[in-house]
Amino acid sequence: MSHPERLGASGGGQTNAIAERPQLNGHPSLAEFATGHGLKKSAARPPLGSYIRQLWQRRHFIWTFATAKSVSMYTESRLGQLWQVLTPLLNAAVYYLIFGLLLGRSGDVHKYIPYLVIGVFFFYFTQRSITSGAKAVQGNMSLIRALHFPRATLPFSYTIVELQQLFAAMSVLFVIMLAFGEYPTWHWLLIIPVLVLLLMFNIGVSLVVARIGAFVPDLSQLLPFILRTWLYFSGIMFSMYTLAGKLPTWATRLLDANPGSVYVELARRSLMGSYRKDLAAMTTKYGERCSRPVEQGLVGKALRKATTTHTGYCRQHEALVSMNQTVWYYAIGWAVVAFVLGFWYFYRAEERYGRG
Amino acid sequence: MADALKEKDKVSGAPEQSTPPVVVNSDREPIVVVDDLHIVYRVYGGSEGKGNAVTAFRRVLRRENRPSMKEVHAIRGMSFVAYQGDAIGVIGNNGSGKSTLLQAIAGLLPPDRGGVYTTGQPSLLGVNAALMNDLTGERNIVLGCLAMGMSPDEVKEKYDEIVKFAGLKEGFIQLPMRAYSSGMGSRLRFAIAASKSHDVLLIDEALATGDAKFRRKSAAKIDELREEAGAVFLVAHQLDSIREMCNRVLWIDEGKMMMDGDPDTVVDAYIEATSK
Repeated sequence: MSHPERLGASGGGQTNAIAERPQLNGHPSLAEFATGHGLKKSAARPPLGSYIRQLWQRRHFIWTFATAKSVSMYTESRLGQLWQVLTPLLNAAVYYLIFGLLLGRSGDVHKYIPYLVIGVFFFYFTQRSITSGAKAVQGNMSLIRALHFPRATLPFSYTIVELQQLFAAMSVLFVIMLAFGEYPTWHWLLIIPVLVLLLMFNIGVSLVVARIGAFVPDLSQLLPFILRTWLYFSGIMFSMYTLAGKLPTWATRLLDANPGSVYVELARRSLMGSYRKDLAAMTTKYGERCSRPVEQGLVGKALRKATTTHTGYCRQHEALVSMNQTVWYYAIGWAVVAFVLGFWYFYRAEERYGRG
Repeated sequence: MADALKEKDKVSGAPEQSTPPVVVNSDREPIVVVDDLHIVYRVYGGSEGKGNAVTAFRRVLRRENRPSMKEVHAIRGMSFVAYQGDAIGVIGNNGSGKSTLLQAIAGLLPPDRGGVYTTGQPSLLGVNAALMNDLTGERNIVLGCLAMGMSPDEVKEKYDEIVKFAGLKEGFIQLPMRAYSSGMGSRLRFAIAASKSHDVLLIDEALATGDAKFRRKSAAKIDELREEAGAVFLVAHQLDSIREMCNRVLWIDEGKMMMDGDPDTVVDAYIEATSK
C-alpha cells in the first residue's frame, strides 16, 4: 500500500516529549480549524426540522422493525402468535371473574362482557406501550451504540408493536361482539379516529417514559404499580358513573379528564350500540330521579339518607352529561399535548442516549 | 468493549506529557478532527459487597451513588486530524480505548469534554453491530438497510448484491442469525454496511473472523471506499492486515495517543513495546 506524504503528528516516536501547543497554521484551536473546513460536531443533536425529516425517512424501518419484533416475540413459546390474543383474553377473563361474578359490578350496563373486553383490550394497549416504552432506549443500548438513526424510532416502533397486538386482539373482539349481538353499524367507523388519537397519546407517553427510563432504570420497577392504580381509576371493570355518585364534583371533573377512560369510553360508544342505549337510559333515569324532590316529612337519619341518595343521583346525572360534552375534546387534547410534548422532551436528550 | 477499563478515580493526576503534538497539513482536506477528546461512560452492574436491601437503603439515605454504577474514563484527551483518502489503522492492547474512540467518532458516545468534528455521517461497523439474532439473515439485511436510511426500493435493488458479497452458504440466509458462526455474522454485517457509500467508515474488528477469501474481498472494498474520497478507520489485532491496508497508524494506550505515523514505524514500535 502506498504511503503518501507524512502527515499528522510529527513527533511520532517522542513518547516523553513535553506537549507543545499544536501548530495549527494560524488557527487558534483544532475546533476552529475543523469548523473552518465545514466539519460538523459528530455527537450533536440535529435541528428539530431535520430530525423530523430523518424520522419520517425511517418510517419503513419503524414498521418493519415492529413487525419483526412482533413475529419474534413469541417464537419460543409453543402456541406462538396465539399468545397475542390469549394474553388480553385471559386478562379479561380474570377481571370478569372478579368484578363481574364475585363483586357484581355490571350495574347499568346490559352487555357486560363486550363492555369489559373492549375496556381491557384498549387499556392494555396503553399499558403495554408505556411498559415497553420505558425499556425502548435502555434495552437497545447496543443498537444505539452501533448505528446512527433518530432514537425516537425506538419508542415509535415499540408502540407500533403494541398496535399490531391490538389489531390481533380486535379480531377476537369482533367475534365476541357478534356473539353478543352487536352488529357492525356506521358508528364503528368512529373507531378509526379513536385509534389514531389513542396511538398519538401512547407514542407521546412512551417517548416520555423512554427518556426517563434511559437514565433512571428504576422506572420499570415502579411502573406496574402506577399503571395498576391508573387501571382501577379508569372505569375499565365498572362504570365510572356509579363512582361519580359518591364523589365531590371536582373529583368527577378529574375523572372526566382521565385519558385512561376517555379513549376506552369512546371505543365503547363507537362499537356497542347497546352501550349507547345504556348511557341514554342512565341519563334519563338519573335526570328524572334528580328532578324529583326529596320525600316530604322525613326526619333525622332517614332525611339525611334520602338527601345523600338524591345528591348522588344528581351527581351521576351531571357526570353523564358533562362526560358526554367533553369526551371528544379531552381525547383530541390529550393526543396532541402528549404527542407534541413527548416528542419535544425525548428530542431534547437525543445526543445523550448513547452514554447510558 | 467494556473490557478491563479503569475507573475514573485512578485517572486523575495521570501524566499528560506522553501525548505527541498535533500538526495540521493544510494541503489536504480534513474529514475527521478529534480535538482533546474525553469520553466518560457509565456502566451498571458488577457491584461488590453485600447487595441486600438494608445496605441499599442506607446508601439512599446518605445520597451515595450506587456501587453498581461505575464511571469509566475511556478516552483521556486525544487529538488528531484525518484527511480524505486516509485508511487509518488503530492498534493498542485490549481495553486501551480503540472501540470507544471509534464509537465517539461515529457520534454514538457523547464526549465528556472536547469534541469530534466530521464531514457527513460516519458509520461504525462493529463486532456486535445492530443485528437482531432472532431474525433471519433476510430480515436483517432489510432492517439494516432501512436503518441506514435507504428506501424500500433501494433495499430491493441492493439486496442481491449484499447476499452475493456476504457469500453465505446456500439456505443460511433464511435461518435466524443466532445459527450463524461468528465469521458468517460479520460477513453479513460488513456486506450490509458496505452496500452504502460512506464518507467515513469505521471498522471495529469486523473483519477479524472472516476467512482469507473474504479478507481479500473486504480489502478491495476498503480501497474502493478510500478512492471515493472518504476515510476508513480500522481496528484490528492482526498487524499484518494493518500494514497491508492502512497508510497511517494510531497506537493508543490507556485512552491516550502513544504514536501517530506511518504503518511500519508505528507497528514496529508497538511490537517492540509489547514484547518487552
